[in-house]
Amino acid sequence: MNVVTNNKWIGQRTIRPDGMDKVTGRAQFAADFNMPGQIWGKILRSPHPHARIRGINTSKAEKLPGVKAVVTAKDIVDFPIEKGAVPLGIQDMRWMCRNVMAREKALFPGHPVAAVAATTEEIAAEACKLIEVDYEVLPWTIEIEDAIKPDAPVLHEWNKWEGKPSNIVGRLEHKKGDIAEGFKQADVVIERTFTTRPVHQGYIEPHACTISVAGDGKTTIWSSSQGQFMVRAMTSLLTGIPQSDIRAIPAEIGGGFGGKTIIYLEPIATMLAKKSGRPVKMVMTRDEVMRATGPTSASRSTVKIGATKDGRIVAARGTFYLQAGALPGSPIRGAAGCSFTPYDIPNLLSEGYDVCSNRSKVAAYRAPGAPIGAYAVECVMDEVAEALKIDPLDFRKINGAKEGTKASHGPVLPRIGYIETVEAAKASPHYNAPLGDGHGKPRGRGVASGFWFNAGGESSAQVNITEDGNVVVTTGHPDIGGSRAAIANICAELLGIDYSRVSVIIGDTQTVGFSNLTGGSRVLFASAMVVTQSTEKIIQTLRERAAKIWNIDPEAVKWENGAAHPSSPNAGQFEPLTLAELADKAPAMGGPIGAGVQLNTQGADGGYGTHVCDVEIDTDLGIARVIRYTAVQDVGRAIHPGYVEGQLQGGVVQGIGWALNEEYIYNKDGKVDNAGFLDYRMPVCSDMPMIDCIMVEIPNPKHPQGVKGVGEVPVVPVMAAVANAIYNALGIRFYSLPMSPPKISAALDANVKQAAE
Amino acid sequence: MAEIRYLAPRSLDEAIGAFAAAGSAARILAGGTDLLVQMRSGMVAPGVIVDIKKIPEMTTIEETSDGGFRIGAAVSGAVLAEHARFGKVWPGVLEAVNLIGSKQVQGRASAGGNLCNGSPAGDSVPAMIAAGAVVTVQGPNGRREMKVEEVPAGPGRTNLKPGEILVSFKLPPRPPGSGDAYLRMIPRTEMDIAVVGIGVSLTIKDGVCTAARVGLGAVAPTALLVEPAAKALIGTKLDAAALEKAAEACRAACRPIDDKRGTVAYRIKTAGVLLKRTVAIAAKRATEK
Repeated sequence: MNVVTNNKWIGQRTIRPDGMDKVTGRAQFAADFNMPGQIWGKILRSPHPHARIRGINTSKAEKLPGVKAVVTAKDIVDFPIEKGAVPLGIQDMRWMCRNVMAREKALFPGHPVAAVAATTEEIAAEACKLIEVDYEVLPWTIEIEDAIKPDAPVLHEWNKWEGKPSNIVGRLEHKKGDIAEGFKQADVVIERTFTTRPVHQGYIEPHACTISVAGDGKTTIWSSSQGQFMVRAMTSLLTGIPQSDIRAIPAEIGGGFGGKTIIYLEPIATMLAKKSGRPVKMVMTRDEVMRATGPTSASRSTVKIGATKDGRIVAARGTFYLQAGALPGSPIRGAAGCSFTPYDIPNLLSEGYDVCSNRSKVAAYRAPGAPIGAYAVECVMDEVAEALKIDPLDFRKINGAKEGTKASHGPVLPRIGYIETVEAAKASPHYNAPLGDGHGKPRGRGVASGFWFNAGGESSAQVNITEDGNVVVTTGHPDIGGSRAAIANICAELLGIDYSRVSVIIGDTQTVGFSNLTGGSRVLFASAMVVTQSTEKIIQTLRERAAKIWNIDPEAVKWENGAAHPSSPNAGQFEPLTLAELADKAPAMGGPIGAGVQLNTQGADGGYGTHVCDVEIDTDLGIARVIRYTAVQDVGRAIHPGYVEGQLQGGVVQGIGWALNEEYIYNKDGKVDNAGFLDYRMPVCSDMPMIDCIMVEIPNPKHPQGVKGVGEVPVVPVMAAVANAIYNALGIRFYSLPMSPPKISAALDANVKQAAE
Repeated sequence: MAEIRYLAPRSLDEAIGAFAAAGSAARILAGGTDLLVQMRSGMVAPGVIVDIKKIPEMTTIEETSDGGFRIGAAVSGAVLAEHARFGKVWPGVLEAVNLIGSKQVQGRASAGGNLCNGSPAGDSVPAMIAAGAVVTVQGPNGRREMKVEEVPAGPGRTNLKPGEILVSFKLPPRPPGSGDAYLRMIPRTEMDIAVVGIGVSLTIKDGVCTAARVGLGAVAPTALLVEPAAKALIGTKLDAAALEKAAEACRAACRPIDDKRGTVAYRIKTAGVLLKRTVAIAAKRATEK
């Protein structure tokens, strides 16, 4: 593979192909699709955090005029627990079947128990109320510290931990060296415990789908997700309909952030459609989204770092408890595996514990688990640097991982750009500017770093030359971050044609080859590979066609600026043949021109970022505002800098929300008390300064354009950067999130009280 | 399924007739920024909706002959903001009304709806209380006037009698040297609901505060008129001691709850902080004129 140089389109801020439709309201999102004869599905959800389901009587609901079908867990394929894991990606179908519809037990308030399809949404909702569920209400537990107590109510009696039924459903350990020996060498050892709250991905578009099951079983799904193939596979497994009979058509997606890498509605709507013989539409309310989808884990982390006087970290230990929710699967891998990776630490023990409790099952959220771990590690890093009187960026540089470092999670690192991000942060205008006068409001600056694995995996693409000599690229990944624009940049570059001549579309499951989820920051990495190889095949074909026309050897033809040329004067004197001319001649010269490539892509390098954050505190009210923020990241190669910056800025904003105000609040009945955007306080535009981006470009040598995943790293360092900045401003360290006004205010008051005593 | 009748009367009498006839099944629709949200969430299911936006008296702003203002209950925040003089005379009331919801919501939401929604956290209510606004209500038994602070009865409830409709707000004329202000605490910078809100109206003569009213929101079941805070300011030069006394009066008036929006301790402390800040703005406005 050759890295393309002297680019015309790669690196350009081209206009996104989906932009016009989105800004004019033409884009079709999941809820925008309707079918003739369509009816509406609604879900009956458990009011209880924990209850055994002794029986469900749906007869009254079925008799209500307008009701066309009722579905319960009996209609969803069971994956018995005792038969062992049935993995699909990172999910286990045993948990997925129980998550989409409660089986033995309802495990959280909002857990689906039954569903109804009726001629109107109102009738469906009314019919849900007529379903009689015989619940045996059980004691419940939500918070990690409660769920791991020996006498806690246990969600899954079959799960044993140290021989006893327990809510601890998994453990992961990364080990390197000998931490006991390592800590003995340390001059400074700091150990702290941190907690974070569940936060939701906060996508604006609620989950929605319209599904038709024809008489012959052919099923069509219109829905928005982070993977139409995931939708097809999971729906197939949970309904028993073969994948060849399910066409999953991806709608435009109004945000996912990991939360749409699993399904909630599709199997239910499919069974309602199958039973009723009518197309079924389902759209979640915001309340349902907040109660029954996502969010990410709450966490409890203890991190201990020891260093010598000269600033070398000699040992580190991290213990990360993450809340899985109703069913196993919290992102302990991200927390335990990512948090120490920026550093070369000789002695390390990093453990993760997966804890079930009576809240909705966790869903992936941008670098799942990594921000939780980084919050703890990067705050302790700040304290150790302070204790050693070393600049926090210098401390990170001294210990920075580089090519050849053995990472705690296993691999020996390739050429990475971590230290370059630290150096760029240190040299940044931001880090070198004074904090400025807050006019009575203290200001502070904090830094933090972060790592995310990044993924490769399966991708397919088909590139076709149209009869008029333009290009259509079909890929299999929903575009959630500008991937269509970046792919068009690459294709236009390789073919040497104008960007506007390349159309990039997202195919459905039956028109493009298998492509794994949009997740793991993998889409551009993987699809650029298959699109590049497809385009190279096309260029080869075009050279062969020109050679045939000129009656010379194909090796004597070069492709340049959108046309075939003789490679040298020796090859002969011919007028160039353009893409349009060759397309025109295609029928006579061997037929249509196109190529498809399918790969399980390898070589996705991890991503590293270092952030600088300034805050200003209204001490009377306890309000922390981020007034300046710079995100530095090794982005490999910015194919479309505008959307790379967009990813960096978006990740930072989500992290600031997580740090300052976002949290799930549960009431005394175990229900979410703030299931809406009014009281679940995500940041609004006016809360944010412009997020400055510094893109460090260290190309990935294993990728034709040098691409590294960029979408997830930018949320990883943020909470720690904000916490460290608040400490710098106030001299108070916060060990729990969110750092909301009541919490900051109480801490300031406690400080005043302490000083007076 | 339940049907909803939608009525859009052209006159107040017609509206009152329809509203009273429908009884408890009816709801008044002004901007709808609370009602429609409550209907969608299933909190309310009215059988009759009486839209009052087609009634001239309820949608106009009038400068009265005594120099005061009469504002129709359904006048939207955006319309009030566009009035040539209102914001100059009552900047605090205007900034409070303009804090209800987003830019888009401002095109619909009204101070009348904000008051009748009965939320202790409604932004316009403390400012209207501070302004000494009086509302006109009309029902099957005729018209009457109420002080704004007398309208809320508790969360989601008002002291309007069955069949009564809030018609308009009357704001008194302003003596020279007057100013008002509204501040609220929200964790974000906009699109949020007050954790504490304070409206202050002052008149200052020769550096001495001669009249003051303080309205306090989101710290009790209803928005409050805090007379002890006003008393602590009147007759002073708004010095630090007077401000602290008024802040203490605000803190003492708080009867908040711990909830998802804030703790008891935080709300009480914030009431005092905001009192001082709001007085400072109102005083600056009073003396700048």
